[in-house]
Amino acid sequence: MVDFGGWDMPLHYGSQIEEHHAVRREAGMFDVSHMLAVDLAGPDARAFLLRLLANNVDKLKEPGKALYSCLLNEAGGVIDDLIVYFFDPEFYRLVVNAGTAEKDLAWLEARRQALGQRLTLTPRRDLAIIAVQGPKARELVWQARPRWRADSEALRPFFSAMLPEETMVARTGYTGEDGFEISLPAAAAPRLWQDLAAIGVKPAGLGARDTLRLEAGMNLYGQDMDEHTNPLAAGLAWTIDRAGDRDFIGRDALATEPAQQMLGLVLLDRGVLRGHQVVNTERGAGEITSGGFGPTLNQSIAFARLPRGITLGDTVTVRVRDKDLRARVVKLPFVRQGKILV
Amino acid sequence: MNTPAALKYTKSHEWARREADGSITVGITDHAQELLGDMVFVECPEVGRELKQGEECAVVESVKAASDVYAPVSGVVLETNALLATEPEKINEDAYAAWMFKLRPNQPAEYDALLDAAAYQAAADE
Repeated sequence: MVDFGGWDMPLHYGSQIEEHHAVRREAGMFDVSHMLAVDLAGPDARAFLLRLLANNVDKLKEPGKALYSCLLNEAGGVIDDLIVYFFDPEFYRLVVNAGTAEKDLAWLEARRQALGQRLTLTPRRDLAIIAVQGPKARELVWQARPRWRADSEALRPFFSAMLPEETMVARTGYTGEDGFEISLPAAAAPRLWQDLAAIGVKPAGLGARDTLRLEAGMNLYGQDMDEHTNPLAAGLAWTIDRAGDRDFIGRDALATEPAQQMLGLVLLDRGVLRGHQVVNTERGAGEITSGGFGPTLNQSIAFARLPRGITLGDTVTVRVRDKDLRARVVKLPFVRQGKILV
Repeated sequence: MNTPAALKYTKSHEWARREADGSITVGITDHAQELLGDMVFVECPEVGRELKQGEECAVVESVKAASDVYAPVSGVVLETNALLATEPEKINEDAYAAWMFKLRPNQPAEYDALLDAAAYQAAADE
């Protein structure tokens, strides 16, 4: 067990590598109740999010659609990354990280007051969240809860549905696999967990969650970006919507392109890449932000912040203890839906 | 805790065994592999390297972290376990079968002074 944003969470239940493979090949589940759902309701909810989020909530036209976005400060630094779910222009739900939840709420509330907008922000600490991920995940969820099938069977990736009994089923996740993230009243969560375990969904801990998201090319807040990081140097340009003249917080600070870019590394020599290791390239030094062993690739992989001009296919070296290990620069992600892409 | 009585131990979680020819076989304990989790990389010392007792001489890396391995006694490295280069998970399967390296000790008294199983368990429980 480890402390994670103030929550006691298991790093693994048994073998972390087996938990990883279970998600890639069949189905695994994560208790992600540490993440906080925040409901935004009111006539100005849409206008508020257009101003607060770096991605554009006007992309959300169909009820239930989800969008990944950064919450930026005025300097363009990343306060948090989150998923916003759209239900109607006066009702959205955000799901934010545990370690940043209090900071996010304070920021949102202060901006709401400053803008004088009509909406309420309701943190939903009454909800637990269970992520069931893997190629068999949805079928197993419906097997455990047949009454949910009708409302969730038609969901496309990155869509969600509000079900009775304060339950929300979203076809989202943090693994690169198909599956659901299910929010439900905390009191109902243990029973769901037990029912899923009984039909073969493997409990998985933070360790497998980290290697799965690493292979899937998904950033981890606090490690790959924070308030001092330019999101354009953290592989997040695709989430910053600068089309038109929408005036979102942080936009002005992002006018110049940063000198660094985020790319993937696959280790060519034997060893393990880890965060903070120094990368040497012909265009100067860089740094690994997240690294580890990728069980699907059976090789070590990393995200690295590298100088501009370094391109895919280049070979760089990484200082590991007293050795310079060779690594190949690749495009992210490494793995998607069970398939190795690099 | 799995700590065979026939072996000697260190506080830094190595095990050592004196063979009939006087050489010392070294690995990491079952308790250590359990703490570290799934092993993904092992780096053994070079054959011929002369080690002092307590010197950092090898590295085991699990999915969680890298961890140094220290020489339990002084001596010269005679042989390393090549199997661990391709199958580091052998340490998780049986930490006492998956030896890392063998030493020719040059201070035989050091081996006798290592922890016995009971003393290691007590130290590991602290």
